Amino acid sequence: MPTTLTVNGRTETLDLPPDIPLLWALRDGLNLTGTKFGCGVAACGACTVHVDGQAVRSCQTALGDVAGASVTTIEGLGNPAALHAVQAAWAAAQVAQCGYCQSGQIMQAAALLAENPTPTDAQIDEAMSGNLCRCGTYPRIRAAVQDAATRLKEA
Amino acid sequence: MGRVMKIARRGFLFGSVALMGGVAFGWYRYATPHGNPLEGTLPEGAATLNPYVIIDQTGVTVIAPRAEMGQGIHTTLAALVAEEMDLDWSQIRVMHGPASKAYYNAAILGEGVPFAPTDDSRLANTVRGAMDIPAKFLGLQITGGSSSIPDGYEKMRLAGAAARAALVEAAAQRLNVPAAQLSTENGAVIAPDGTRIPYPELAVAAAAIDLRAEPALKPREDWRLLGRTLPRTDMLAKVTGTETYAIDLRLPGMRFATVRTNPRLGGEMLGYDATAAEAMPGVERIVPLPGGVAVVATNTWTAMQAADAITFDWGPAPYPATSAEIAEELRASFTPDRLDSTNRDDGDVDAALPPDAFTAEYTAPYLAHATMEPMSSAAWLKDGRLTVWTGHQLPTQILTEAPALTGLPPEAITVEVLPMGGGFGRRAEMDIVRQAIAVAQAMEGTPVLVTWSREEDMTHDFYRPAAMGRICAAVADGRITAFDFATCATSVVESQMGRIGLSIPGPDGTIVQGAWEQPYRLPNHRVTGYRAPAMVPVGSWRSVGASQNAFFHETAMDELAHLAGADPLDFRLSQIDHDPSRKVLEAVRDMSGWGSPTPGRAKGVAFCLSFGVPTAQVIEVEETPQGLRLTGAWIAADVGIALDPGNIEAQLQGAMVYGLSAAIRGEITFGDGMVQQANFWDYEPLRLSQCPPIAVQILQNQPHIRGIGEPGTPPAAPALGNAIFALTGQRLRDMPFARTVSFA
Repeated sequence: MPTTLTVNGRTETLDLPPDIPLLWALRDGLNLTGTKFGCGVAACGACTVHVDGQAVRSCQTALGDVAGASVTTIEGLGNPAALHAVQAAWAAAQVAQCGYCQSGQIMQAAALLAENPTPTDAQIDEAMSGNLCRCGTYPRIRAAVQDAATRLKEA
Repeated sequence: MGRVMKIARRGFLFGSVALMGGVAFGWYRYATPHGNPLEGTLPEGAATLNPYVIIDQTGVTVIAPRAEMGQGIHTTLAALVAEEMDLDWSQIRVMHGPASKAYYNAAILGEGVPFAPTDDSRLANTVRGAMDIPAKFLGLQITGGSSSIPDGYEKMRLAGAAARAALVEAAAQRLNVPAAQLSTENGAVIAPDGTRIPYPELAVAAAAIDLRAEPALKPREDWRLLGRTLPRTDMLAKVTGTETYAIDLRLPGMRFATVRTNPRLGGEMLGYDATAAEAMPGVERIVPLPGGVAVVATNTWTAMQAADAITFDWGPAPYPATSAEIAEELRASFTPDRLDSTNRDDGDVDAALPPDAFTAEYTAPYLAHATMEPMSSAAWLKDGRLTVWTGHQLPTQILTEAPALTGLPPEAITVEVLPMGGGFGRRAEMDIVRQAIAVAQAMEGTPVLVTWSREEDMTHDFYRPAAMGRICAAVADGRITAFDFATCATSVVESQMGRIGLSIPGPDGTIVQGAWEQPYRLPNHRVTGYRAPAMVPVGSWRSVGASQNAFFHETAMDELAHLAGADPLDFRLSQIDHDPSRKVLEAVRDMSGWGSPTPGRAKGVAFCLSFGVPTAQVIEVEETPQGLRLTGAWIAADVGIALDPGNIEAQLQGAMVYGLSAAIRGEITFGDGMVQQANFWDYEPLRLSQCPPIAVQILQNQPHIRGIGEPGTPPAAPALGNAIFALTGQRLRDMPFARTVSFA
């Protein structure tokens, strides 16, 4: 049975099994490949998207469970011509190395700042520690989250 | 013993290949350039001035023919060309370009010569320079060994300067003025009256100009781009999810595949039952592969579910089945018949060692690369042509193998190298590419993307070898009087080169890398390398042999400092006779406040010269109710010439984090011939909350330009272990440390 949901503001109807993880529905069903497959077991955070504003691991979220929900992926957060404040902060701090985990990092940070516009260092550490980065961009991620908080405040 | 004999004894690993290559191909082949692979591939109106520069009507594209694994190499290689061409950085475009021998790496063999990086003698430099010839014969377009910058520093600037000279000459002919009256700026030639002629208007004419003299390079003081932190050319794509890695490739009609191969690495598949998998909706094909199968489906998830539903009969492992047995093999390998190299033997170590000499044994486990992007590769066989899309550190190997795999002529093969979600040495291997080609053959006409599960990736790596080190040493009056260091591992070069059909005679320098060439001057000093038998398949893991040897060597150095009653940092400073190396130690001393400790915390130091880069690190730790916490880290490294300080800082920080991940929890173990770790929950890299603030200082005191992808990794583990000793008195001689102590 097809599943209907909103993805980045568009209504999408997907004829995929309801138990397929949202990750693969996005990547292979909608060709929205900005959301990354890293581990498949919610251990790395590379697949983080927003479901009704909350950061979730799309590899552990069944498509059927988000029927009718509003999903935002990295492609819906901003684009090269119109960056979201978190993306702008990421670019300014030159965070990305291989970049593969950064969609998830950015979606996690954006959800954190939407909920808590002035996080402490400890809160940033806690919120971001579910997102692995093998390139070791953590020092710049910390700086970029702080900068993004400032940008959002000034916006 | 004469110098030449010493060289022979030290071994000449890549040199041996080189000489054979020379005989095989002959001088004519060397003298003939590989040509410009861009010619004949360009649309109307576009021109290529050399293999590194394409100009079309919309601007200039720089070919940066090295794997972009995250290390920022595309940005820096493009900057080398852009500097000489006077391009506008905001308009720069960069691409990997086609796989081609024309893009061979001339510097990759430099690390294999039997001369320490600190040896600037004429002989050492002559041999290093001569390595360009075998490198050209081999024609390996390879990214590794932190060699892209040493390889590209002059080559890319010359490409830019030659392109600029041709463009200026074309403008001179058009305007009928001497070239000397023209200048260049922001992608245009400027006429004497100030008129701008953008490069695209001159490109076709410039491509026909045959330069007679090698163009002059800009003096360093005129650099506008080099030496500054530039915005990475891939940053916007990477923060918006629009970068296309191989795993992201989507083509019309594409099918999605995954593989299962014998978890006993290299073992056979004796049989399998795919009845249940074949019945699953969306499953299109089960493709037998060497040692396993591929499952092709309409989406990746279905392919992975179906692969889980197949039952297999796996053959035994062609190596000892447990970590304990492997450790025994290592321990039993310190024997004369397994002696691989004695690259250093100063003074008379045996005579100088007293009966009560200090001895210790150190171990390091197998390690997975665990790139964030699992192995992935796409392929499409259609109408007698094969195209492969993948992230690869050795794409010319795909050109070499694909014709034999497919029966197609070489000219029918195209390799597109895409950005990589991490490499660290893992993407120099052919396994995933061979699988993708096999699936493409079975699915002829249909583009296929093969994606490994994380579990397949974790359990089918080519691991950093398990290794063991032994020290026997003595100190007196605050100094080392005898230092006998022995280290043992399976040969990475034998394993890795063997997989691409190359048999390499002579010692493997990576077994002693990060130990034999260290710039300590000790009166009696021996470094021996022992080659353990080939067991588990092993590969290059960020910093290769230095990754284990720096831990052994610098932990031993720390133990000896304490034994001598000396400050560990002063102890090193006073016995290193290489000025740039001393300066990095002094830098971390001053940056970290070494010598004025914070109550409740302690610092450890380590030093390693790897890939020609002296690197010192200090790490500070404290004890908390939750376990040990890293509270600070300081790095100083000398790259000779710092082309992009911001990127160098990022590489040093990242390389340290990579080393800390290994130091704290990194461990691959074997039971019943199978890897016992499956995913990030049991092979857990450092997380953000565990990462200390990392301060970096970049020094430029040494005479050679060096690459920086790897040198930040080796000192991380010993610096941490030495800090823990300073704090707790507990000496950690076995990695990973979390086996012994708790971390917050």
